Amino acid sequence: MPAIRIPAPLRPYVDGQAEVPVHGATAGAALDDMLAQYPAFRPHLCKDDGSLRAFINLFLGGRNLRDLRGLDTPLGPNDILNLIPSIAGG
Amino acid sequence: MLPELSREEILRYSRHLLIPEVGLGGQRKLKSSSALIIGAGGLGSPAALYLAAAGVGRIGLVDYDVVDASNLQRQVLQKTGAVGERKVQSARQRLRDLNPAVQVDTFDEPFTSSNAMRIAEPFDVIIDGSDNFPTRYLTNDLCVLTGKPNVYGAVFRFDGQASVFDARVGPCYRCLFPEPPPPGLVPSCADAGVLGILPGTIGTIQATEAIKLLLGIGSSLAGRLLLYNALDMSFEYVTLKKNPGCKVCGPYPEITALIDYNEFCGVPGLVHDEGSAGRGWDITARELAAQLKCGKAIHLIDVREPHEMEISCIEGAQNIPFGELAGRLSELDSAQEIVLFCKMGSRSRRALELLVSAGFRKVRNLQGGINAWAREVDPSQPLY
Repeated sequence: MPAIRIPAPLRPYVDGQAEVPVHGATAGAALDDMLAQYPAFRPHLCKDDGSLRAFINLFLGGRNLRDLRGLDTPLGPNDILNLIPSIAGG
Repeated sequence: MLPELSREEILRYSRHLLIPEVGLGGQRKLKSSSALIIGAGGLGSPAALYLAAAGVGRIGLVDYDVVDASNLQRQVLQKTGAVGERKVQSARQRLRDLNPAVQVDTFDEPFTSSNAMRIAEPFDVIIDGSDNFPTRYLTNDLCVLTGKPNVYGAVFRFDGQASVFDARVGPCYRCLFPEPPPPGLVPSCADAGVLGILPGTIGTIQATEAIKLLLGIGSSLAGRLLLYNALDMSFEYVTLKKNPGCKVCGPYPEITALIDYNEFCGVPGLVHDEGSAGRGWDITARELAAQLKCGKAIHLIDVREPHEMEISCIEGAQNIPFGELAGRLSELDSAQEIVLFCKMGSRSRRALELLVSAGFRKVRNLQGGINAWAREVDPSQPLY
């Protein structure tokens, strides 16, 4: 089962989990599944048109989904999507 | 023509001179080179100390703040006796004590669109050790527009990021993050905390990258983002590519001069003044105390995390952590007066926005949070 790895700043939106197991054959389907589980998370991650907000990056195997096929990127059963937000602490 | 090293310098830097990648020529290069550090805080402290120790000839420090006792857990440039002093002044003294031969230029002023070009002009590399999004976008755009490398680092609790953004050879910060998060979504270290050693690790990596760039050796982090997690002790890399649609470094840039970064990031002019929800939505600690003393029925809601309740508390308050609030609105009565508070007012400001969007109207934000309460009403409560 694929999973989405959640960075610490955003874990309050997924009950504190570091990884959320998800169903879905593509990155977009996996994201939709996570947001169906945690609907309050959606407005923070997605714009009204469903696209990802610009401060969020999803990486698969070290590569940015933007450089692959975006949310249509296929996911294998053991794939982990790494969600990387901008942080500003210094 | 590179400067010569004195006999004293040859002894001081002997461990560098023994490394073939540095040697006498490299050390002379460092002596003639310069680095500007934006922010003399958690990241800037180790970066400045190591660059000074390494013999970088000129170090610039930009910070417009005073030393606070809560800085000392991680800002190793500072010392207990400097609490209350201007940060860059105490930092300059510390760097001079470490290496008197290094020229330390201090800029005790806000780093803004109007002075960034002037401040950065003489420096070879820029080190981003800032603690807010407006300064990060300003630093990025400055580096892209002036062709300087931006040695990036950022921290949050146990997580750190580092990279080198050099638009001449790879992506810039905006290629990765075209826009900042909505204000308040990603909490600051002042709200969420940070492991004191974490900026030490990331700031030291930034110093390493700066030295490599100045010497022209090794493979930099350009095109890679380092992700460090101190709890797992894991280092991962992801690959970064130039974004052809980047508004500042793409082929058709929309940003050709520095802009208003507070407006771009949707934050007030004073980026540290986040403890207010705005006119009409705030209540001061003294006002709240007076109303409670009169017996006014107020539902006090503490939106901090449960472990923060052990540090300080207001009697009678109910703890509903901000992350749980959306799912617990049914516990609240919109007909009752509600006052929300957190540590300094920024989480409770977001909580107020959430309640107002859910139809609550009799709700206010304790301006300055429980720290203001401790300062103005109940000095038995500690500040943190």
